[in-house]
Amino acid sequence: MYDGGKIIIGLIIGIGFFTSPFFFNAGKAARRPEPELTQKAKDAKECVLETSYMKSSHMKLLDEWRQTFVRNDERYFTAKSGKVYYKSLQGTCLDCHSNKSRFCDQCHDYMGESPYCWECHIEPKESK
Amino acid sequence: MGVDRRQFLKIAGVAALAGLGGKAAVDILAPGDVEASMKALPLTEGKRWAMVINMPELNDEIMNKCIAACHEEHNVPEFGDPKVEVKWLWKEDYHHSFPDHHNEYIDEKYEHKFLLLACNHCSNPPCCRVCPTQATWQREDGIVMMDWHRCIGCRFCMAACPYGSRSFNWGDPRKAPKDKNPDFPTNINYPTRSKGVVEKCTFCDERISKGQLPACVEAANKLKKNVLIFGDLADPDSNVRQVLSKNYTIRRKPDLGTEPNIFYIV
Amino acid sequence: MLDLALKGKRGYWGWLIFLLVIMGIGLGCYIYQFQEGLKITGMSRDVSWGFYIAQFTYLVGIAAGGVMVALPCYLHDYKAFGRITVLGEFLAIAAVVMCLLFIFVDLGNPVRIMNVIMYPTPNSILFWDMIVLNGYLFLNILIGWNVLSAERKGLHHPGWVTPLIYLSIPWAFSIHTVTAFLYAGLPGRHFWLTAIMAARFLSSAFAAGPALLILLCLIVRKVSKFDPGKEQIRTLGGIVAYAMIINVFFVLLEFFTAFYSQIPGHMHGLIFLFKGLDGHTQLVPWMWTATVFAALALILLIIPATRRKEDTLAVACVAVFISTWIDKGLGLVIAGFTPNPFNRVFDYWPTMPELFIAIGVWATGFFVLTILYKIVISVKEEIAA
Repeated sequence: MYDGGKIIIGLIIGIGFFTSPFFFNAGKAARRPEPELTQKAKDAKECVLETSYMKSSHMKLLDEWRQTFVRNDERYFTAKSGKVYYKSLQGTCLDCHSNKSRFCDQCHDYMGESPYCWECHIEPKESK
Repeated sequence: MGVDRRQFLKIAGVAALAGLGGKAAVDILAPGDVEASMKALPLTEGKRWAMVINMPELNDEIMNKCIAACHEEHNVPEFGDPKVEVKWLWKEDYHHSFPDHHNEYIDEKYEHKFLLLACNHCSNPPCCRVCPTQATWQREDGIVMMDWHRCIGCRFCMAACPYGSRSFNWGDPRKAPKDKNPDFPTNINYPTRSKGVVEKCTFCDERISKGQLPACVEAANKLKKNVLIFGDLADPDSNVRQVLSKNYTIRRKPDLGTEPNIFYIV
Repeated sequence: MLDLALKGKRGYWGWLIFLLVIMGIGLGCYIYQFQEGLKITGMSRDVSWGFYIAQFTYLVGIAAGGVMVALPCYLHDYKAFGRITVLGEFLAIAAVVMCLLFIFVDLGNPVRIMNVIMYPTPNSILFWDMIVLNGYLFLNILIGWNVLSAERKGLHHPGWVTPLIYLSIPWAFSIHTVTAFLYAGLPGRHFWLTAIMAARFLSSAFAAGPALLILLCLIVRKVSKFDPGKEQIRTLGGIVAYAMIINVFFVLLEFFTAFYSQIPGHMHGLIFLFKGLDGHTQLVPWMWTATVFAALALILLIIPATRRKEDTLAVACVAVFISTWIDKGLGLVIAGFTPNPFNRVFDYWPTMPELFIAIGVWATGFFVLTILYKIVISVKEEIAA
């Protein structure tokens, strides 16, 4: 192999570079945040679907809502309980979960997610 | 008035029952009731929405109120720069609105009479034909809708629209000059748009689905009845059909075959 | 074969670094545009397409023009062109790369570009343009690469490439036809609403593409030991001559229809370009420049002595390139939006960042072209040695 030594040194530097974030952050894992509920959300006791589903897959529901709301003019959602909700991120979801920073953002930040919903949909004003 | 008295009473009654606009009431009602009440609203059952604009009755006060109502309802910012401005409903004089109706002997007061323009919700819309992602499309009730989640900002629809009814977000609407938009966003129950998407009038789809008249029609009705008339062209007994049968009306650029659904009483 | 692009003289590397610097400036401006939106350009709600889409349109023509080498070679068995078909194919690759980049930089929401594939919409011409452009890129990469590597090994190209070559010929016509359809089917844009648009596009493409190819052949001969050939350049000169005559003829047809019918909408675009409309005369000097260059090109191309002499042919090719560029890469798009649907005229002129982004895309195309041509030259020199 020509220049074998140089290639191996190059490989080591390369691997070291790509794995550096792991070494750099080792032992410094951020605590997993828990979404906080507002009093209104607590009182409601249930969300539009089961909490476990909402925790893992709320984005799927939101995507389905925006599709069916805008494109099929299906504007209401009937929960299992029979309760009817107006499909609205701004008006329904965040009416209950008005603490966006502690309900949405801290978890999204933890996961490194930056949904672009808020480029258009208006965030609730939070009382600090 | 946009709907006749009987229709209005019906709407008003059901609206009060369903607490329209307030979803709290909707939440309380059992699902069957909600569906039943929605069905009963004539405004949610249109097959071909159309608007008749009574030009002789229009005046600056009415037009400004209509535009303000529309732009406040839909968070349309003011840029103060004609190159980048966003317009859903706007004023334009007869001469420029109907450039193919020229006549050099026409009286000044007609030539420069201002009227209201918006998306024509054409029955044969070229904008929908050219959109590569179906981000703009025609609903079954004739409304030419926009899906701002999907628009890629290619602006093909703007080139295709012969009425200049489409506006592009050249920049972030939330960065519009603050001094011109002190209260922006004006309606917290409606989104703003992101930069890079095309937008336009949707005949207030969000209000129609709740059984309310479009914001501009409602605003005009507060000042004067029968200036803006909104209704279902497919229904031979509808308000718009009656007005169209009794008055001489024109449409913008009808020879292009787009079949505009905004009519102007001359 | 890619390794051949890594060995070059100082001039080669200097040129590549120069292009990289320009690409870097363009990228910097693009990042600015990506953050601020298209408001940093000169475009407006009235002239909602501008320099980017115009460059795209012109370059589709350059890409399609490459077929003027493949067609005589493979359909008419004109053997002399066998020597330079790969130059035409590689020029097409670089041009299509620029086309795709120009579409991309023009999008308001570039991150959503995959929506075109996720929600396929056959009634949209832009959807078909995406298909034919990517298909043409793919075909030319496959054909060019395989033909060249076979040539390097002293073999005939593999059999499966032959049907692709035949397919690529009508495909070249399709890319510019579909691009013309982007414009020619829009109601209310009178300047574009003309059935001859696709034919005009093709004729100007078959003038501009081979003209650029002649210039590139002359450069290749100068900087390398590979000579694309006297006969080849002469035949290309004949093609440019015919295509340019047809192109000018088609433009004159537009003038006849507009001015004999006297329909204002049909006349406005042409008046705006050549005389100015409502006092807006920005494009007038440009269009008359294009006219002078077109006339010069026609004289040099039609007179046999000047067409056959390589120096004057080169001047004619530069004139064709400039003339068709002003016509398609500047006038066509702006005039289509003039006057606007309210019969008002709004000026459009690209801003500095917009120009730098466009120049950056051109530099990217020439970067690709340089590398591809370097490979061709190295292979040809290898064979000759």
